[in-house]
Amino acid sequence: MQWETVIGLEVHVQLATQSKIFSGASTAFGAEPNTQACAVDLGLPGVLPVLNEGAVAMAVQFGLAIDAEIPETSLFERKNYFYPDLPKGYQTSQMAQPIIGKGEVELVLDETERKTVRIHHAHLEEDAGKSLHEDFHGMSGIDLNRAGTPLLEIVSEPDMRSAREAVAYIRAIHAIVTYLGISDGNMAEGSMRCDVNVSVRPKGQEAFGTRAEIKNVNSFRFVERAIEFEVERQIELIEDGGKVVQETRLYDPDLDETRSMRTKEEANDYRYFPCPDLLPIMLDSAYIEHQRTTLPELPTEKRNRFESDLGLSAYDAGVLSATRPTAEYFEAVLAVCGDAKQAANWVQGELSAHLNRENIDIKNSPVTPEQLGGLISRVLDDTINGKAAKQVFAALWNNDGQSADEIIDAQGLKQVTDTGAIEAMIDQVIADNPVQVAQYREADEAKRGKMIGFFVGQVMKASRGTANPQQVNGVLKQKLDEA
Amino acid sequence: MAIEHADVLRAAHLARLGLKDDAEAHGYVDDLTHILEMVDRLQAVDTEGVAPLSHPLDATQRLRPDEVTESNQRETFQACAPATTEGLYLVPRVVE
Repeated sequence: MQWETVIGLEVHVQLATQSKIFSGASTAFGAEPNTQACAVDLGLPGVLPVLNEGAVAMAVQFGLAIDAEIPETSLFERKNYFYPDLPKGYQTSQMAQPIIGKGEVELVLDETERKTVRIHHAHLEEDAGKSLHEDFHGMSGIDLNRAGTPLLEIVSEPDMRSAREAVAYIRAIHAIVTYLGISDGNMAEGSMRCDVNVSVRPKGQEAFGTRAEIKNVNSFRFVERAIEFEVERQIELIEDGGKVVQETRLYDPDLDETRSMRTKEEANDYRYFPCPDLLPIMLDSAYIEHQRTTLPELPTEKRNRFESDLGLSAYDAGVLSATRPTAEYFEAVLAVCGDAKQAANWVQGELSAHLNRENIDIKNSPVTPEQLGGLISRVLDDTINGKAAKQVFAALWNNDGQSADEIIDAQGLKQVTDTGAIEAMIDQVIADNPVQVAQYREADEAKRGKMIGFFVGQVMKASRGTANPQQVNGVLKQKLDEA
Repeated sequence: MAIEHADVLRAAHLARLGLKDDAEAHGYVDDLTHILEMVDRLQAVDTEGVAPLSHPLDATQRLRPDEVTESNQRETFQACAPATTEGLYLVPRVVE
């Protein structure tokens, strides 16, 4: 039987606010345990939450970026459950009236294939603390620094049909939130976490199969692997006459498998109700329009513009728009040198190779876009040849802030294009190598093509690499052939 | 809507309330049944086209600027915790 996979995702994005969603405690990562958990975060008696405007603004910006409905009124509710890292006994969240309504995200699957995934809604909520299960004298340790950190939970419709589409979706969300600057998108530090809903159905069947929810997957690769494992498990189960049960599963990257979390005796009943401590959030159109003015150019717009206006290939446009720092670097280089194709080649070629080799983020590149743009300009106006350009790049990488022009001058790399000077060097090489010249002149055309390389090499050496190789080639051929 | 003994036990479990005995649970069955009877009477009101009231005050949420205003008061807060170590609150072991 042919099976079809159906996937929906819930992505929790940690918002990049300075302070928590309902308190003035810091959200900085990596602090000593419980040094950033204030009375509100601890749920001490008598405290009241006050909503952070920064978190509201970020949620609205996301809504605008996915062209979503943004209702005038939204509401916080209490999701009730007991766990030691949830001090209040409930998580303040949204359900019936989330801050962001229906929207859509465009996925780029490859250079020609795109797909639209519908967003069901996105809502604001607070994160819980962290439980440490190492043995503290038979007890568990609780760190509440993370309690109250603002999260935007983005819930998709079950529109994805393969692990590949699911990964493309998460990449698209990652690109949007990092372009907007509303999250650092750092999956390793937990700034983006996914719950993946997976089911299978016979191809052509309308009704969805029973789904399993895989909790807390925290890397692009794990999302792909978890889905692949889970799909295979469900198909095998059904084909062997079994039934998929609706349950929560965990992905274990070490064993590369999903497994059932302890099934609770009864289903969760969170008993949501409106939080009496928080009033409804009202967003008027003036506020929303103001947020719209703060939006940067978004990844899909940028990608399209790189292709259509700058004439880059779909592949180049995709790579260069993948992250905001890369796109900004590329555009800064382009602003200096004016040639998109060259700027694209240098950023993806020499620069990327150096950054990868030393594992440096483009944001911290030792070569600034201004320096690289300056270097490319000198290639474009034929001041230096390609070989010298690589030499200049290496010097820019290792030096402290000299411009390409300063390096070209200091190292005498300026390309010699003066015909007289080149002819003189060629005459000298011909005079110094009578044997090779004689062999060349006896050879047929096909062999000469190969043999001329020797002479070009000698001339380039004599010029210390500064001669223009095309020019040398032309003049040499003329002089060798004429006798 | 009728409430039954099992509903009371389940609600008590969800809220982590310890009921003394069955007699107490039966007491709650009666109390809650009265409350629900009152709710049933409210159902008679025509609420067609009326938005649900989420808050009795006719006011909207005030927002605070995104600034860190709280400093570290761990020592004060942990002074009243039953058990701590290395800055962590200690609780009976939780098994995933």
